[in-house]
Amino acid sequence: MPTPESCRFTKSHEWISPAGPSATVGVSDHAQHEMTDVVFVETPKPGRKVKAGEACAVVESVKAAFDIYAPVSGEVVEGNAALAQDPSLVNQSPHDKGWLFRLKPADPKELEGLMNHAQYEEFLKAAAK
Amino acid sequence: MSSPAAALRRTCLYNAQQGCGGRFVDFHGWELPVQFSSILREHQAVRTACGLFDVSHMGQVFVEGRQALEFLQHVNANDIGKIKPGKAIYSHLPNERGGVVDDVIVSCLAPGRYLVVVNGATVEKDSAWFERHAKAFDVRVDNKSEEFAMLALQGPNAARVLSQIAPNAAELPRFGALELDLYGQHSVITRTGYTGEDGFELIIPSVIAVRAWQDLLMQGQSFGILPCGLGARDTLRLEAGLLLYGQDIDDDHSTLESGYGWVVKFEKGDFIGKDVLLRQKKEGLKRKLTGLKLLERGVLRPGAPVIIDAKEAGTLASGTFSPTLQFGIGVCYLPPDIAVGRRVAVELHGRKIPAEICAVPFYKAKRA
Repeated sequence: MPTPESCRFTKSHEWISPAGPSATVGVSDHAQHEMTDVVFVETPKPGRKVKAGEACAVVESVKAAFDIYAPVSGEVVEGNAALAQDPSLVNQSPHDKGWLFRLKPADPKELEGLMNHAQYEEFLKAAAK
Repeated sequence: MSSPAAALRRTCLYNAQQGCGGRFVDFHGWELPVQFSSILREHQAVRTACGLFDVSHMGQVFVEGRQALEFLQHVNANDIGKIKPGKAIYSHLPNERGGVVDDVIVSCLAPGRYLVVVNGATVEKDSAWFERHAKAFDVRVDNKSEEFAMLALQGPNAARVLSQIAPNAAELPRFGALELDLYGQHSVITRTGYTGEDGFELIIPSVIAVRAWQDLLMQGQSFGILPCGLGARDTLRLEAGLLLYGQDIDDDHSTLESGYGWVVKFEKGDFIGKDVLLRQKKEGLKRKLTGLKLLERGVLRPGAPVIIDAKEAGTLASGTFSPTLQFGIGVCYLPPDIAVGRRVAVELHGRKIPAEICAVPFYKAKRA
């Protein structure tokens, strides 16, 4: 599975890993920490076409619900079925077992507009100030 | 996350709680921890071992004088005459329209001397209400909320932990109240709480709050104690069917409608709102606070619409995910004829999720 260093990041704290025929999407370690204990995840249905920035999944902790936005446009090919049994995977393993869904990007160039890991770390530092 | 506005009030335990890893949020103008380690773990600690909460935002009003009892009977729905010195009672303060000014715990400290513990968000409102109604009585009402801190020590191991610093208080019966010297300061401990478990509430002068907080956490280590935040407080109280003032009851919803009819003692004599409540009882209720559980995995939220027969029948007053039961639970004002077991739906994120009407409380502790 993707290391954080190989992922691209959105300002809304999703990561996307373009490795393989489809791209995998999840939330960053920073995001899962802010969300606190995840108790429910609603993933998008395969076949759904999403636009970059479109809300397409929901992650819920005890205290709040968080919309998850598609980092790039494309077609959803799979949701992470393991999250139905154990939503806490998002907390335990945000970059691996806690991935949310996979999609086939419509335009690979859209990925280049996202932050790389170093830029995302800088973004988090700036936001903490 | 943005830093909270400077205007937020902090309890005297703010620094101590920050040292424990507390994550703070704005709660009715107070900067209080929503969690320390994890809401789920804190919840579990209270159900199986022990948890410690800072509830210093709550208010303490002392009522004293020749007519203290008469005054308290006038403003309370419950029968304060039933509690002797050393006992506490849960009660509602009704308004003239049958609504609820606040829900409170009244302790009788001595003949003619009482302590009323009120909600944090309603301290000023309750004080004004008491002042207004106290004029007709020979009584002194003293809001000492600024001077007192308050800790809630909750869970099956609470008595064992408390016995380390206050052995006499650890022997209290349920709803017992004890005045004592704690670290040389005049304090009150009651065997009460807001979690559905055994536990105690310590009403202590602010000067000893940090010491008591740290001692209890240290003594509680071998008993599985965790510092707990507002997040676990809410899941614990909702599982136990305990009301949250401002959400489940308020000035416009009555005690009878909230399912707490047992609090209203019509036979005790006159009190504010009695005629309206009697009329409600005679004519029958138009709505009742009703429990729901989600039949699919998910989290119920306050404000979510409840759909019965394809029509919106109400919106949830409270809702959460029950860590003990592992499904979504909530309460909603619905017509009183909706039976337990009835299938309904709740709208969440634009989808209608199947739910079922169920009895409250959702969870009952097995007490030794």
